Parts: sequence; C-alpha cells; structure tokens
Amino acid sequence: MIEWFAYAQIAVAVIAGLLAVTLGLVGKRPADLTMGATALVEVLLVVQIVVSLLAPAFGNTASGSTLEFWVYLVSAALLPPLAIVWGLVDRTRWSTAVLGVASLAVAVMVYRMYQIWFVQVA
Amino acid sequence: MTTTTPSRSTGVGRVLIAVYGLLALAATGRSVFQLLDDFDKAPVAYSLSALAAVVYIVATVALIAPGATWYRVAWVTISFELLGVLVVGLLSIFDPVLFPAKTVWSGFGAGYGYVPLVLPILGMLWLYRRRPREVAAVPAETQSTGA
Repeated sequence: MIEWFAYAQIAVAVIAGLLAVTLGLVGKRPADLTMGATALVEVLLVVQIVVSLLAPAFGNTASGSTLEFWVYLVSAALLPPLAIVWGLVDRTRWSTAVLGVASLAVAVMVYRMYQIWFVQVA
Repeated sequence: MTTTTPSRSTGVGRVLIAVYGLLALAATGRSVFQLLDDFDKAPVAYSLSALAAVVYIVATVALIAPGATWYRVAWVTISFELLGVLVVGLLSIFDPVLFPAKTVWSGFGAGYGYVPLVLPILGMLWLYRRRPREVAAVPAETQSTGA
C-alpha cells in the first residue's frame, strides 16, 4: 500500500459516495455521472490490488495481518460492480443512493486497510 | 376478508436492503477472518460474530423475499439484532474481559459507525409501514393487481 494513493482513494470514494447519495435523495436516476464515479472507485481498487500485490517485493509490507487486509480489499472490490449492476437493473432514484452507499463503504474499508497496513491494529 | 403483505423491496426499502447486505458482508468477512485466524483467543466474541453474520444474511433475504412468512422472519431477525447490539453493547462496557476482541455489536456497533444500532430501528419502522393489511375480498375477475 502506498500512503498517498490510499488517501487519494479514500477522498475519491467519499466524494463519489456523497455525490451519489445526494443526487439519489433529490430524485435523480442512475446516470453517467454517478455510474462513472462508482466505476472510478472500482478502477482505483483494481490499481490498489496491483499495488498491494507488488509492494512486498519492494520491501513495503503490511504491519498487521495480511490475511485480514486481503479480506477487506477483495470484499471492497466486489461492491462497486454489484452496485453498478443494481443501478442498471433497477432504474430508480434509490439505485443512485445505493451507488453512493457502496462508494462510502469502500472509503471506510480502504481506511481500515490503511490502518492494517501502516498502523497495525489488526 | 383476506390479508396482503406489501412488498418490502420498493422505494427507500431498497436502500435499507443494500445497507443490510453490506452489513451482512462486513460481518461475514470479519467473522471468517476471526475464525480462521485464532478462534481460541476469544471464543465467545468470535462465535457471536459468526452468529451475527448469519442473522444479518437471513434479515437481508427476509427483506427481499415476498410474503407473510418472510415478513415474520424479518421481524424476528431484526428484533434479534436490536437485542444483540443492546446486550453486547452493555456487556462490552461493563465486562470487557468477556469480549477481548471486537465483534460487530461491541460498544453498540461503534466500530461500524453505530450502523448496527441504527439499522434495526430503521428496519422496524420500515416493516411497520409495510405491515400486512386486511383487504376486502372481491370477486376474482374484478380483483385489481395493485393491492
């Protein structure tokens, strides 16, 4: 895990999440903006998977449990695709809110991964 | 007279289902990790984590699945969650020795942003709003589908 990248990832997920929850509550259906923001969150998670696979080879290892880290990372990477599929099937404002909930959950999970990697509270 | 159970998977109920699904995933993920990692360290806390995970999964299914039976299952599982988060929340404050490790319900769900405390209450409000209602029996050929 790279510190600044984790921060950037959390920031993007929080912004994407708040945006979609807000737009959902005001009654917007899932659109390119909210779906795209959720897709961006997923792209960053895939990059995080690659980074975390390669990092130990460069001496950057998790201070906490590697198993717990990967349980979080793999679960987090499942959320945006599930939310996007939900948004494609269920074309209501509530799907937009669900997109936001997924992104906010990813933000929390990346924060936990950050703690496990750097602060060792696993 | 007959009764009808309104769908629980419409409107804001869908967000509720999504959050329940998320909590089920979170509790299951953590529980699987705890059971694999070191069960002997805190058997009570870890068994409880696993039980909570199963209950969240059943509650999620019960909110999605239609019908009166699932409606009752939803009430039972959501009540159990509220009871769990209140009892374990109190115990984890007054008897921390019993809970050396975190569970989804420790400290009233503080580790999960108090979502485990708030969610069952929202769930109960939603179930109450979507409670089965009596409808007048009407001849089959004129029965509307919009019950």
